Amino acid sequence: MKYYLLSVMQPVGDELPPPEVLAEIGKNLDVFHQELRQAGAWVFAGGLHGPESSTVLRPSAGDVLITDGPYAEGKEMLGGICLIKAPDLDAALEWGRKAALATTLPIEVRPFTGEAED
Amino acid sequence: MTAPDIEDVFRAEYGRAVAVLVRFLGDIDLAEEAVQDAFTTAVRRWPETGVPPSPAGWIITTARNRAIDRLRREAKRDERHAEAALLHAPDAPPEEGPVRDERLRLIFTCCHPALAPQAQVALTLRLLGGLTTTRIAHAFLVPEPTMAQRLVRAKAKIRDARIPYRVPRDADLPDRLNGVLAVVYLIFNEGYGGSPELCTEAVRLGRLLAELMPDEPEVTGLLALMLLVESRRPAREDADGALVPLPEQDRDRWDRDLVAEGQALVRRCLRRNQPGPYQIQAAIQAVHSDAPTAEATDWRQVLQLYDQLMAQAPSPVVALNRAVAVAEVEGARVALDLVDALDLDGYHVFHAVRADLLRRLGRDTEAVRAYEAALALTASPAERAWLDRRRRPHTLSASRTATSASAPPSPKDVTRPASST
Repeated sequence: MKYYLLSVMQPVGDELPPPEVLAEIGKNLDVFHQELRQAGAWVFAGGLHGPESSTVLRPSAGDVLITDGPYAEGKEMLGGICLIKAPDLDAALEWGRKAALATTLPIEVRPFTGEAED
Repeated sequence: MTAPDIEDVFRAEYGRAVAVLVRFLGDIDLAEEAVQDAFTTAVRRWPETGVPPSPAGWIITTARNRAIDRLRREAKRDERHAEAALLHAPDAPPEEGPVRDERLRLIFTCCHPALAPQAQVALTLRLLGGLTTTRIAHAFLVPEPTMAQRLVRAKAKIRDARIPYRVPRDADLPDRLNGVLAVVYLIFNEGYGGSPELCTEAVRLGRLLAELMPDEPEVTGLLALMLLVESRRPAREDADGALVPLPEQDRDRWDRDLVAEGQALVRRCLRRNQPGPYQIQAAIQAVHSDAPTAEATDWRQVLQLYDQLMAQAPSPVVALNRAVAVAEVEGARVALDLVDALDLDGYHVFHAVRADLLRRLGRDTEAVRAYEAALALTASPAERAWLDRRRRPHTLSASRTATSASAPPSPKDVTRPASST
């Protein structure tokens, strides 16, 4: 087994969908997470606050500097993550497909190095 | 046995051997090294001992033993890594029996949609065709280091993201098979533009797929399509290297064996009656192959088949090729209206077809402009030579009466599927 990170890619600056759409997405995500648990693929999932809530720590001459804001400004931001366990990329992509349909957003699937415990 | 003979065995058996070893070792690089080791040994030994009764079996066994030796040696240096590699290996050593399936697994891995299309093409040629990186780079006019890096990255992604060696389950098979066929056809079309080696390789891959998946009608269709187009290679260029379009080709120079094989496959598809885009395109080529002269072409049937293709896989390129058939059945005027409605301004064949229709309607000035637009958009020397000749005034008037001169400049473009444009 291998760990894969599903990243929810959210466009920066887009207005949030109306509440009824958000509610629908939330419901779909609950179903998705439930499915992951039942399949034994679930490790962790969660949504993130926006990049304006970020703080960056940088090593500097033996000390660490603290700055407000995200590490890099981009057109997309990490909206949330889902950490799963899957036997191979095909299985991970299948979960990614479901995540994309549930969130209505692009999903990036990336493998962790090393093996996951079975 | 001489070196060229071993080269033949290499080209014929490399993919088979690599596929088995990949399955055994779980690692493409190790598998390639082992198979290359085995061929190096063969080059040394076979001239003395003679060719073994089963060259493929000998190569696979030797490669496997080499790989095991290597892993044992490395185990002393780095025990954990080597053990991990051996853990991936199935218990029973692979023999020749299940070999067919191994190649099928590997081709689905090479053409995995998580790999970039260019990488899919390069990997397929490298691992299943046994082409060297140098030859692949040369065929695609890409610097060798670029191609080498493309292959390294693709292999690393297969390993790191764990792209499986597996024939997809039934639910995913149609989509994934389309991807494989698109890669093979892309290789064929790339070769059509000037690297015959790629066409040969694509036909060989097509035959392999047809052998491994005899019940997939589109696999048969693609093979038939490639064979019928390939059969015209000897007639496709004149002594000066200029392109000879289908209507002007000397049909006696077509490869009759390939024509017969392609047509037999098309008939098999017709009997099966589950038409798909490749089969329909093959059927269109079969109609052309049936005609003893260009004038005898059954254009009504060609048009019907294009109508069917438009219903299944509509695209502007298919619409353009359909218009060529319309010109023959309903006249150049009707065809020109259809062509003018298409948004294909950046495609040289669009301008070449327009030019030809304008020429037939006596609109010479516009025709010349259209030929020039086509010339500006193609780099192929053979196509350029043909277009350049066409746009000259005496050619324009001389060919106005020739009813058969209206085909697009290359069969490739007639046959290009919606999926690969």
